[in-house]
Amino acid sequence: MVATSVHRRKKRLDRGIKARTDTIFLIASWKDMLYLLLPRMLPVAILLVLPVLVKGYWGKVLVYACIYGLLALSWDFMAAGGLFSLGQALFFGLGAYLAGILNYYLHLPPVVTVPAATLGGGLLSAALLGSVVRLKGVYFAMITLMLPLLFKKVIETTGAFGGTHGLPSLTPFPSELLTAYLAVGGFLGSLFIFRRVINSDYGLVLRAIKDDDRAVMSGAINIYGRKIQAIFISGAVGSFAGALMTHYYQFLGMSVFALDYSILPVAAVALGGQGTFAGAAMGSLILVPLSESLRALGGLRIAIYCGILIVSIIGFPEGLFHYLARKYHQFERVVEVK
Amino acid sequence: MNGEPLLQVRDLRKRFGGVQAVFDVGFELRRGEFLGVIGPNGSGKTTLVNLITGFVKPDAGQVLLKGRNITGKMPYTIAGFGIARTFQMVRLFYNLPAYKNLIIPLCSSRFKKLRGGRYGERDDVAIELLDDMGFERDSLVPYKVAGSLPHGYLKRLDLARALALRPEVLILDELFSGMSMSEVASTLPLLEKFNQEGLAIMMIEHRLKELFRVVDRVMVLNFGIKITEGSPAEVMASEEVKKAYLGIQVELE
Repeated sequence: MVATSVHRRKKRLDRGIKARTDTIFLIASWKDMLYLLLPRMLPVAILLVLPVLVKGYWGKVLVYACIYGLLALSWDFMAAGGLFSLGQALFFGLGAYLAGILNYYLHLPPVVTVPAATLGGGLLSAALLGSVVRLKGVYFAMITLMLPLLFKKVIETTGAFGGTHGLPSLTPFPSELLTAYLAVGGFLGSLFIFRRVINSDYGLVLRAIKDDDRAVMSGAINIYGRKIQAIFISGAVGSFAGALMTHYYQFLGMSVFALDYSILPVAAVALGGQGTFAGAAMGSLILVPLSESLRALGGLRIAIYCGILIVSIIGFPEGLFHYLARKYHQFERVVEVK
Repeated sequence: MNGEPLLQVRDLRKRFGGVQAVFDVGFELRRGEFLGVIGPNGSGKTTLVNLITGFVKPDAGQVLLKGRNITGKMPYTIAGFGIARTFQMVRLFYNLPAYKNLIIPLCSSRFKKLRGGRYGERDDVAIELLDDMGFERDSLVPYKVAGSLPHGYLKRLDLARALALRPEVLILDELFSGMSMSEVASTLPLLEKFNQEGLAIMMIEHRLKELFRVVDRVMVLNFGIKITEGSPAEVMASEEVKKAYLGIQVELE
């Protein structure tokens, strides 16, 4: 052996703390505690402070990011149960129209319309998609893609609920700050609850349906019932986002059924990573501000936006969140190879 | 054998395209009875299981559980009535710990009903069930990721999942295939114990030696038709069975 050149290679080690077993939490030191808490608490703390710090245009962007974030979370929840949707706009639009109609025609205040639209939107979504939960994969996706477009065309041609002109001058939320906190609160709340639910026994059954629905059926579980429940939950979250948007804009138009609200959440999850909800949240918190900050570039905005999306999806096919989480738990060092 | 049969299957028929998979197959199963089902590959055994458990809808015929018609009901409804099954190709959730696989039947309304309206601690119930499965050589097995376990363990995990429903009828689709001699030897007494407690078992099996040791009756299928049914000794003596298995009539010395 001639020892002129030294070969080096990177060695990766997983961090050696197993802080969590199934039911027992064992915390060794404040360092370990920080190690676990920091990546969870820091983003939450930042999001809670942002509404106070950020006003005006970027304040709007924050609300917008949270609204898309809610749609992305709602998409990820359905996907966890094996329901691949291309129609978050359906939930969004149903919530928006319910809130708008209740406010415009019945003059109900947002404190009534938002919860009513959330619940009603969830129920309507479950009723509309309940009959097609037996369809799988792309067939189910096609139906979800078509429904919002169908609603849009019906409103356009029949002129129902303001038709192409929409319903103007709806009641706004009392203050900008309250709106921002509603959006951030709803977003963080949904994120927290979804992450809890998916790791409970209920979530386990849902994930199992995605893996192998026949095995779940042989366990005497009504898989279609469970799927409809998942659509209800997902639909309610999407409708909440729609209702929020309607009162925020003080205007309701058929654009709430637009394709954007179906595609952007999927893009956000593709960027952030599927299955953890944190990925969906992260994706939308990156995509929406990114899209806004590119606005200065004018016409090329969408092209650059798409380019970034494509590169990141090819570069991090597992999703940005999964990549970062993995790196966070790894040491990397260079060792000599003899 | 006491009174009314638990499960009655009458003239079940199923055709897949040009193949008559099951043709006019009927039988009865009583409480505490152990029925073996044998037949060459492609004789319709698994289709019969799928027809009874609702995974495949029959073209004709009836399935009655305690006199109640359950033909063509959804698989989860039938499982909820108390007919549990295992799969020929184990269908498990490989990225979950073994015991978490049992959580799914424990989340069913059937289990809730049997536990008197209370689910109880599902994890504890799952671990308890697995304790009976003969994993005693390694007490950590229930906690290991299912995908990391050997095939014989997975088969028994699938059995435990079926038993978690506390069924009245248990249908085993080639449970022993791919299991070692010692694994079979430790599973058989378990099945016999449940059988003696009143569980009706229908077992599809290719390992005839083990099967004939435990069953009360054997049913033989060939090309979707039931060719004979009787005690293990009668079936073994049947000319038709020999013909079905060997393809030709042979003279035995």
